[in-house]
Amino acid sequence: MPYRLIKFALSKTHPERRMFRAPAKLKDEYDAVIIGGGGHGLAAAYYLAHDHGMTNVAVVDKGYIGGGGTGRNTAIIRSNYLTPEGVRFYQGSVELFQDLSRELDLNLFYSERGHFTLAHSPASLRTQRWRAEVNKHLGIESEVVGPEFIKRTVPEIDLQVGGKQAPISGALYHPPGAIARHDAVAWAYARGADRRGAEIHQQTAVTGIDIRDGEVAGVHTDKGFIKTKKVLSAVAGWTTHITRMVGLRTPLVIHPLQALVTEPLKPWLNSIVVSASLHLYVSQSSRGELVTGASLDPYELISMRSTLGFAEGLGTGLLDLFPCLGDIKVMRQWAGLCDMTPDFSPLMGTTPVKGFYLDAGWGTWGFKATPICGKTIAFTLARDQDHELIKAFNLSRFEQFELVGEKGAASVGH
Amino acid sequence: MDRRLPPRGGEWIDRSRPVEFRFEGAAYRGFEGDVVTSALWANDVRLMGRSFKYHRPRGLYSLAGHDANVMLEDGLRTNLRGDLTAIAPGLDLHAVNTVGGVDKDWLQVMGRFSRFLPVGFYYKAFHTPRLLFPFYEKQMRKAAGLGRIDSAAVSDPSPKDYAFGDLLVVGAGPAGLSGAIAAAEHGLKVMLVDEQPRPGGSLAWQGAEHPDVSHTLNGLLERVDQLDNIELRCGTQAAGWYADHWVALADDCRLTKLRAKATLVAAGCFEQPAVFQNNDLPGVMLGSAAQRLMHLYAVKPFDRAVVLAANSDGYRVALDLHAAGVVVAAIADLRQDGEPTAVAQQAADAGIAVHRGYAVYEAVPTRGNKRVRGAVICPLDRDGNPRTDSVQQVDCDGIVVSVGWAPNGGLISQAGGRFAYSERIGQLRPQQLPEGIMAAGRVNGVFDLHDQINDGRRAGLAAAARLGQYEGDVPDIPGHRGAPPSHPYPILPHEGKKNFVDFDEDLHLTDFINAHQEGYDNIELMKRFTTVGMGPSQGKLSNINAIRILARLNGASINETGTTTSRPFHQPVPLRLLAGRRFHPQRRTPIDRWHAEAGAQMVHAGAWLRPEYYQVDGRSRDACILAEAVNVRTGVGLIDVSTLGKIQISGPDAALFLERIYTGRFTKQPVGRLRYGLACDETGVIIEDGVIARLGDDRFYVTATSGGAAAFYREMQRWALIWGTDITLINATSQLAAVNLAGPGSRDVLRELTDIDLSPEAFPYLGVRGGFVGGAAATVMRVGFVGELGYEIHVPASQSRHVWTTLMQAGRDRGIRAFGVEAQRLLRLEKGHLIVGQDTDALTNPYEADVAWAIGKDKPFFVGARSLEIVRKQPLNRRLVGLTFAAASTGPLPEECHLIIADGDIAGRVTSIAKQTTLGYPVAMAFVRPDLAEAGQVVQIRVDGGALAEAQVAGLPFYDPENIRQQTPSHR
Ligand SMILES: Cc1cc2nc3c(=O)[nH]c(=O)nc-3n(C[C@H](O)[C@H](O)[C@H](O)COP(=O)(O)OP(=O)(O)OC[C@H]3O[C@@H](n4cnc5c(N)ncnc54)[C@H](O)[C@@H]3O)c2cc1C
Repeated sequence: MPYRLIKFALSKTHPERRMFRAPAKLKDEYDAVIIGGGGHGLAAAYYLAHDHGMTNVAVVDKGYIGGGGTGRNTAIIRSNYLTPEGVRFYQGSVELFQDLSRELDLNLFYSERGHFTLAHSPASLRTQRWRAEVNKHLGIESEVVGPEFIKRTVPEIDLQVGGKQAPISGALYHPPGAIARHDAVAWAYARGADRRGAEIHQQTAVTGIDIRDGEVAGVHTDKGFIKTKKVLSAVAGWTTHITRMVGLRTPLVIHPLQALVTEPLKPWLNSIVVSASLHLYVSQSSRGELVTGASLDPYELISMRSTLGFAEGLGTGLLDLFPCLGDIKVMRQWAGLCDMTPDFSPLMGTTPVKGFYLDAGWGTWGFKATPICGKTIAFTLARDQDHELIKAFNLSRFEQFELVGEKGAASVGH
Repeated sequence: MDRRLPPRGGEWIDRSRPVEFRFEGAAYRGFEGDVVTSALWANDVRLMGRSFKYHRPRGLYSLAGHDANVMLEDGLRTNLRGDLTAIAPGLDLHAVNTVGGVDKDWLQVMGRFSRFLPVGFYYKAFHTPRLLFPFYEKQMRKAAGLGRIDSAAVSDPSPKDYAFGDLLVVGAGPAGLSGAIAAAEHGLKVMLVDEQPRPGGSLAWQGAEHPDVSHTLNGLLERVDQLDNIELRCGTQAAGWYADHWVALADDCRLTKLRAKATLVAAGCFEQPAVFQNNDLPGVMLGSAAQRLMHLYAVKPFDRAVVLAANSDGYRVALDLHAAGVVVAAIADLRQDGEPTAVAQQAADAGIAVHRGYAVYEAVPTRGNKRVRGAVICPLDRDGNPRTDSVQQVDCDGIVVSVGWAPNGGLISQAGGRFAYSERIGQLRPQQLPEGIMAAGRVNGVFDLHDQINDGRRAGLAAAARLGQYEGDVPDIPGHRGAPPSHPYPILPHEGKKNFVDFDEDLHLTDFINAHQEGYDNIELMKRFTTVGMGPSQGKLSNINAIRILARLNGASINETGTTTSRPFHQPVPLRLLAGRRFHPQRRTPIDRWHAEAGAQMVHAGAWLRPEYYQVDGRSRDACILAEAVNVRTGVGLIDVSTLGKIQISGPDAALFLERIYTGRFTKQPVGRLRYGLACDETGVIIEDGVIARLGDDRFYVTATSGGAAAFYREMQRWALIWGTDITLINATSQLAAVNLAGPGSRDVLRELTDIDLSPEAFPYLGVRGGFVGGAAATVMRVGFVGELGYEIHVPASQSRHVWTTLMQAGRDRGIRAFGVEAQRLLRLEKGHLIVGQDTDALTNPYEADVAWAIGKDKPFFVGARSLEIVRKQPLNRRLVGLTFAAASTGPLPEECHLIIADGDIAGRVTSIAKQTTLGYPVAMAFVRPDLAEAGQVVQIRVDGGALAEAQVAGLPFYDPENIRQQTPSHR
């Protein structure tokens, strides 16, 4: 029994205070307003205070913290991307994650499981090799492995995928691939930001943004107007609503992404397994549920409804891969919104509107970026200058056609 | 001890059919019709499962699968619900998640540590020092999780079924039955489903002994039987509601996908627990469960019972128990004023002691915590708090809880409906119903039996009216009369902290108070922090109590507190049912059989299976491929290219349409000529290429890549709609087959079989001609993908096998051989032709791929034009070039996608390589930094293991750079 739990047994009252305050009212003015209390907005608030001493900051969320993509995602963390820009950025996140439970003093269940991206064709094996080569060049553990290695690590897998489709011919294997407890990430950053002075206002929706002479002047909310010179939009799937408020055009489109979980099972699957050909990925949570999902719903839609076709498709793919799971039952399915960029890379940093910063383009891959995004966007907002690691992700890249193509590494394995 | 009661009318068991089964190693007997929990209880087994966290003894609680106390495995299947699993001969069951069996379960020591494990404890520890976390995690993962998988299990494919109807009625209780009848009487086609094995809903077990009730039920069932337009499916759950009344119906063996026009939810309520100390002990059960035991399974629940009541249902249960020979030692009624209806007097008349304003404060366990030995009851003060100074213990072996209900309204929420709290009934009820969604009966807050029947009828009429089949009045929802059937706060604090709110997750009242203290003070955060409702029963028995607790902690109303979202599924659905047959179509060309007979090694290409190469005995794969390629260069070869996309485009705007889709020009393309077509997306990235044949002024025939054809055809359709161009698109991919006859001998082979004039003057390179080949109507195109004289012959699929064998026969003397995709890939690489998707990636534009020549000059518009105009003015980032390797080199050669390294940086990537070629030395295509793209430059490629291989940049194509061979006539 760890000593940290002993206090609970010894104390007559529950020896914990609020993790974050619930301020009664908005102040008239803040040095910065962060729209969106997902992991990203809260991490930005934390690093603004922690790294830059900016504490007169409000995080506003129209619902509750962590209720957007942060609370809906399947929590896969990895850095085996395809472009050097992407690899460096996500690797920064992995490194922060590895020490984050300690730094924020909350157990985030950051659990390194090893991540397989299966290849069922010469073409996908080629892409995996490409990723492995780029990864290794940048010092990331990442390797193309053969079917025997896969079978040894995940013995339940059927390498022939039922015999009717192309068999598994290899995989990209990324040992540091991890999962974490998504809610806890949001709460830990919330607590860290709150303790340092930032205010978190839940149930507070931003309804408009005041721009004067091309500069941010304030934010309208359903709880009143706030004066501020700096606004960070960290609303992921809702970004297009916010950019419309400031008159910015972006290439973002919103698609739903779905997921489902099975009933809890004793641990058997220790790796994260992704198959683009079968349109699925799966891991087993620390609670024992199989957490699984697919690629994006193929149409633009702002809706968080589930579809039956999705559950049927995953059923098929899971049994192709793991024929022993036929009687395992699906407990719950859900959906979230994804702000997709054409090149599957984020959309971050300064914008043509002075004082308005974007933390967007998180599509299906943004959870893993939470720490590094928080850190770099806090830098960007504090200094009004894009952090080195995110320069490539600026909105201007679409005008200049300097895209950072991650489609090959991010379309199914989020 | 046998707890079975004498036979009673309406029971679901068949006493003439005994069934033997095993549980935890011991043999038991039940009857057909029993579920596992009822049969075990009949055998006086009470301990049937262990809880998830503290491994507390658990038993039968709802007998309806609303709880997850009894989860079983049979070696093949796991997490079986005891309440929903019929016993069967030979069934050998064990409780999940125990060590050493359910009785001894060594993990029950976890209960001792409960003080160390407050809500969310796992967030507060185990993470420092970091190195220890993997160890702790392993232990926690082992402790968590319920059933084990059996890695050798196989499941038979299950069928899937489609159903259509006007109205889906969910729940065959009084409201559902009468709703279905009313709708059917107005001509609606009705699907009526119930998850229980028999219809009747609560009528089967509530008041079932009453002649009026059975009369009512039989009347309804007879009427349903008479109506041909009602299909009744029992043992079938409506698992999830999706947009437009698309509903998943799951039974034991199949998934039925139903498309209805309206949905009537008459799914009743879940009876709700009361929260008191040890309220999870085996022997504490819901009133409805006790009634199900007695009436459905004829089992005497206890010998001596205490009833905790807060509504008239509790009194009825007490009377039922009494009638079944159970001594009812006391009724503790949470309400100060007690029960206002006549059942109170009936209870008194039966000699039952009724304590008003009393609670069961504690269930008293026997040693080992496995049974109930008594109930501690105590009076409540005016605020509803237990007065612990005047507790008294009543001996009993069972405690029955009837304190309220919660709507089984998941489908309504999934359809977008909202619930609001009604003080009158003390529970949530549907507030706003979306179009086409009806609710009736208990789920709608209607509790009186006659009201339920009327409410069902009302909803049935409303459905008929909505579908235009009924024009009369639709009555109002019957209002509730009398006391609320649900208590507003059936939750009693206790210092012992074994007063459970969520049985699945072992959450007790203090956990909620502590979560609130830590700031998790709205319903969604509380749910996530405590995990209430996230276990296998998905909060059916815990959500409303959690809301009540939070509302009280916040000093807010239930409506201000809100609810969490309900998501599919109602009861978990096995993957096997979702997967169904797992239909994976394989596409084979019409010539497939020939390939098999010729020793073809098949390879998957998307859904297609294609010959990779033809195995010649005693030769290696590489040798076979090279020999096929050499034969094309020197003689003649034949390849099946039926997998190519084949799209017919006709109409006045056909040429214009193609000019917009592709980068090139087509309006001036002469009839009878071919052109290369390159297509980009809006960002100027190459997405497709192919050959465009003009067959007439308004008629084109286009080929697309095998892998990209389906998507590209879809894209064409999309653009055609957006632009409104006047064209007709036909995807003839499977209607037509195609073969490519290639090599210097191809003309001679073809000449004997066709009426087309093949002379170079009459049929030049890049010409297209119609005629007959081997008797089949054919479109013949002179193409040069492999770099030799060649004819691509397109014929109806039905005749292609004949054409193929005829060509093979005609070519026999010239040494014709079939060649596979690998040889083709090699030949095209030597010729420097790129393959979209292999030599291009998700960002490749035509300039860097060196195909900018395919962009038409001065075109007003094509997809991607605007982007390419910008890209064109920028310096290139990379270029696609050829690489050659020294023929004699013995060093390692790169694989496709190995990186080119210059000055320690990534400077490019090999996209295609052929290690053995007809040229005698290895060649490759690669993207390289522009400063490395000059022919003759030497580049280094990092190969497996980290060594560097050397290659020389070369102009493309490698083979026949003057393009003589495919153009000029070959020499006889
Ligand atoms: C099913 C699914 C699976 C996924 N799996 C993964 C994965 O495995 N790995 C991975 O890295 N990523 C994954 N993602 C993506 C990831 O969830 C998101 O990219 C990430 O959570 C974005 O976090 P965020 O903090 O930027 O936004 P969110 O967490 O979405 O937070 C945005 C917040 O903004 C608030 N908001 C919106 N509009 C307003 C307004 N006008 N005023 C005030 N507040 C507003 C919302 O209420 C919300 O709380 C997945 C996504 C989904 C849907």
